[in-house]
Amino acid sequence: MFRHRLAVTVSAASILTLAVAGCGGTTKESTDNSTAGAQAPASANPNAALKEGLKIAYLPKQLNNPYSDVETSGGEEAVKELKGEYKKVGPNDASASSQVSYINTLIQQQQDVIVIAANDPNAVCPSLNQARAAKIKVVTFDSDASKDCRDIFINQATTEGIGQSLAKMALEQAGANGGDIAVLSATPNATNQNSWIAVMKTELAKPEYSKLKLVKIAYGNDDDQKSFQEAQGLMQSYPNLKVIVAPTTVGIAAAARYIGSSSYKGKVAVTGLGLPNQMRQYVKDGTVKKFSLWNPADIGYLAAYAGASLSSGQITGAEGDKFKAGKLGDYTVGKDGEVVLGPPTEFTAANIDQFNF
Amino acid sequence: MSETSSGVSGRPDLKRFATWDTAIIVLTVLVLVVASVVVDNFGTSRNFTFMVLDLMPILLIALPMTFIIVTGEIDLSVASTLGLTSSLMGWFWNHNLSIEMIIPLCILIGAVAGVLNGFLITGLGLPSLAVTIGTLALYRGLALVVLGDSAVADFPFNYTGWVTGTLGDGSIPNVLIPIIALAVVFGIVLHATPIGRSLYAIGANAQAAHFSGIRVARTKFWLYVVSGAVCGLVGVLWTLRYSSARADNGAGLELAVVAAVLLGGVSIFGGKGSLPGVIAGVVLLTALQNALRLEDVSGQALNIVTGALLVLSVLLPNIVTTVRGNWQRRRLRQSAAR
Repeated sequence: MFRHRLAVTVSAASILTLAVAGCGGTTKESTDNSTAGAQAPASANPNAALKEGLKIAYLPKQLNNPYSDVETSGGEEAVKELKGEYKKVGPNDASASSQVSYINTLIQQQQDVIVIAANDPNAVCPSLNQARAAKIKVVTFDSDASKDCRDIFINQATTEGIGQSLAKMALEQAGANGGDIAVLSATPNATNQNSWIAVMKTELAKPEYSKLKLVKIAYGNDDDQKSFQEAQGLMQSYPNLKVIVAPTTVGIAAAARYIGSSSYKGKVAVTGLGLPNQMRQYVKDGTVKKFSLWNPADIGYLAAYAGASLSSGQITGAEGDKFKAGKLGDYTVGKDGEVVLGPPTEFTAANIDQFNF
Repeated sequence: MSETSSGVSGRPDLKRFATWDTAIIVLTVLVLVVASVVVDNFGTSRNFTFMVLDLMPILLIALPMTFIIVTGEIDLSVASTLGLTSSLMGWFWNHNLSIEMIIPLCILIGAVAGVLNGFLITGLGLPSLAVTIGTLALYRGLALVVLGDSAVADFPFNYTGWVTGTLGDGSIPNVLIPIIALAVVFGIVLHATPIGRSLYAIGANAQAAHFSGIRVARTKFWLYVVSGAVCGLVGVLWTLRYSSARADNGAGLELAVVAAVLLGGVSIFGGKGSLPGVIAGVVLLTALQNALRLEDVSGQALNIVTGALLVLSVLLPNIVTTVRGNWQRRRLRQSAAR
């Protein structure tokens, strides 16, 4: 009896739903989602002075993440130079919606600039647009929000910049006669790594790189042990290898650990993208001569100057707007409100002790 | 427990918890008033809208959760059901179903998730804590299967805008309508109908309830179905509020819900509690977090405050009961010695 009635109820509900469905309605295809920007384009005044006392708030993906701590430390330095009020708030978890309550709080506190690394490009959008409606400037860093709901995105590096840097370091370290090189990447379908490797291949096709031959792309899956074994495998298959290029922080550290403890030390160069703290010992013991990465502190630093320039009316975030960013120099806003930090910072034995991240 | 000594007034438990409810309601009003005066930007209409949006998912799920905890059971799968319906909503939308169809479908799927919980608990007689911890993982896992790491974001603006918007040009958020409507319905059912009274009876003593003619298993079964359906609705509202269907939506929300329900004076052992208390508990938690955030208190400290409140809400009624019991026993002993 009980089961029977349940079955009737559920099937009745299903039929009802399907009946409603038959009537058509708002579907993905029938919806025009070209949402217009929330703000009317204001005109920029390039000669406006940078305002003092601006309240600039940083909202990283989550608190207590060492990498974003370095980024925001750069922001704190810049806000101090600008004589503004620095603040950092954020959730304990990097979930998509947890940032929204913090954005709302910053709106209530009438901050001048919100610098945010979005956990979800869309979930933060309605709130960010409310902030912009309340005359708060929005700068994104690390991971962008949808471009309809922020003024400027600080891009740490372009795909081209990284790919070119990888190719250049490989050439420098392969020695005068060049030779075989191999790539130790993350996973076979890692979007970032694949696009960097694609640029690197384009570079290698150029005449100045003719001495280099890319013999293999290995995948360590961003797993320390797997990357270590892959580095080992590369040396067994290609004993004449001159350079291992690892465009992932896990891969470069594992490769450096293997080469540094093997007979190939000093004969095979390891380079790529790495974290100074992880790579310091290999740079000091000579296994690694040079590697690169964007400097996270500069990202936060640049974001503060971009926000202050927006808030002072120097720029509006339109393509071609120019502003000064303290010690980093001059910047121009690119397409879609993107500002590129610049070529990655190169780390060598000479400068590695200046960096702590 | 001091069943015999307090039996004089007729409905001792109701009376005692009426005082706990009153205490929480008074405390909530106090926090709201003090925060409006002390905390800058707290008492504005915009902040009111923000707070209502923040408390919406917790309050809506707390309604069926109160019923379930009153019967002495628990449903920890609520946030995962929310996540599952949110991902399915994105999946359906990507497959070009109309939003007018997706919304009832999501509520229905939530109800089906509740049917599974209800069947395992009442049909097979498994403990609800174990079952819903299992489905907590299961539904979240299914959500990840449906949508993976991706997010669906291009929902129509007339729906997403409605959820975040306000009535007319005023400061009353649109979502307050479903909140109030559901709260009134749940409140009437719990406090003014035989169904509501039977929930307390089940929670106080399931066996006695069974022998007095209450269909214990069936009642519990339907509570889980209702809980699932409400989670489906909240999944839809959550997705529209953040314009983002994701598998991880609402992760961890079940703890906030249970915390608010217990803070509102519902006994985790069942049989006690009231809906006004629970609503006050939700408002208290949300308002406190909002005010502390406006005062730049860090996220970690916020968690400490919430955790401490929860522990106190469980501890205080117990201390009161123990102290009262001791005092009555001593009085009995004194009168016996005399």
